[in-house]
Amino acid sequence: MTGQEVVFVIVGVVVLGAAVRCVTTRELVHAALWLVVALGGLAVQYLLLTAEFVAWVQVLIYLGSVVVLLLFGLMLTRAPIGPSPDADSGNRPVALAVSLASAAALVALVVDAFRTSWIELDRPHGESGPVGESLFQNWVLPFEALSVLLLAALVGAIVVSRTRGNEQRTEQRTEQRDGQRNGGVG
Amino acid sequence: MHLLYPAVLAALLFSTGLYGVLARRNAILVLMSVELMLAAVSLNLVAFDVWLRDAMHSGQVLTLFLIALAAAEIGIGLAIVLLVYRTRGTSAIDQLRELGESAHPAPDEPAAERTTETTPT
Repeated sequence: MTGQEVVFVIVGVVVLGAAVRCVTTRELVHAALWLVVALGGLAVQYLLLTAEFVAWVQVLIYLGSVVVLLLFGLMLTRAPIGPSPDADSGNRPVALAVSLASAAALVALVVDAFRTSWIELDRPHGESGPVGESLFQNWVLPFEALSVLLLAALVGAIVVSRTRGNEQRTEQRTEQRDGQRNGGVG
Repeated sequence: MHLLYPAVLAALLFSTGLYGVLARRNAILVLMSVELMLAAVSLNLVAFDVWLRDAMHSGQVLTLFLIALAAAEIGIGLAIVLLVYRTRGTSAIDQLRELGESAHPAPDEPAAERTTETTPT
């Protein structure tokens, strides 16, 4: 085992443990924090695989914004301090059986298929320069399509989250402003 | 590095996310588990891209696209969950059954209708 493999196994155990805690813990906010640990460890794995640009994008997007969005979602629906006993639904045994079966099948398949494959990590593959050149030479059209999709998703999220549900939320603070807006529109 | 390490880790991470999707009740926790599954796919893409030394960096570029798609998905998903919570008062996915078929249909016409509809020919 080389040093990279040792570090990969150690960080992989941390990632897997954090992921298991994330899907089994009964405290909702702790689940989001365990997700931070799992995704951060995955960024370390990307660095070990010499994909540094993807690693920093992972840190920026996932740890920076997605987890914050999830925490905001938890706070806006309900933010129980302490364990909530109804975090798991009634089909836990079925879920456990399905996930164990899929894990066994996938691991057996992967081990059988790639038993003699080695990743050569001497030359880095995935620095920012080559990835950027490849992104803007070969992948420009998917990139632009994805930017349009992101814009559509953003507009869709705004439209979904500010509709006529205002009558529950608008208290005395925004009543006047809404009155003006509705008057202006209608 | 042996290719098995990232591949096995990705498989186990995917199964963990699958368990979370199936076993969780809160919709936001389900979204978190979906994020875990997407992260497992990303690890696979990066590992195989580095293994194959792809000249177009396909795996890493697709990982970047996947991260952007996950951000869009989490935005839309959270907006929908918040809207459902505002109108229904809950985000437990096993209590939102308004659009589902009832497990025990009434013994009058819906059962007859269903048998006539789903009779294989």
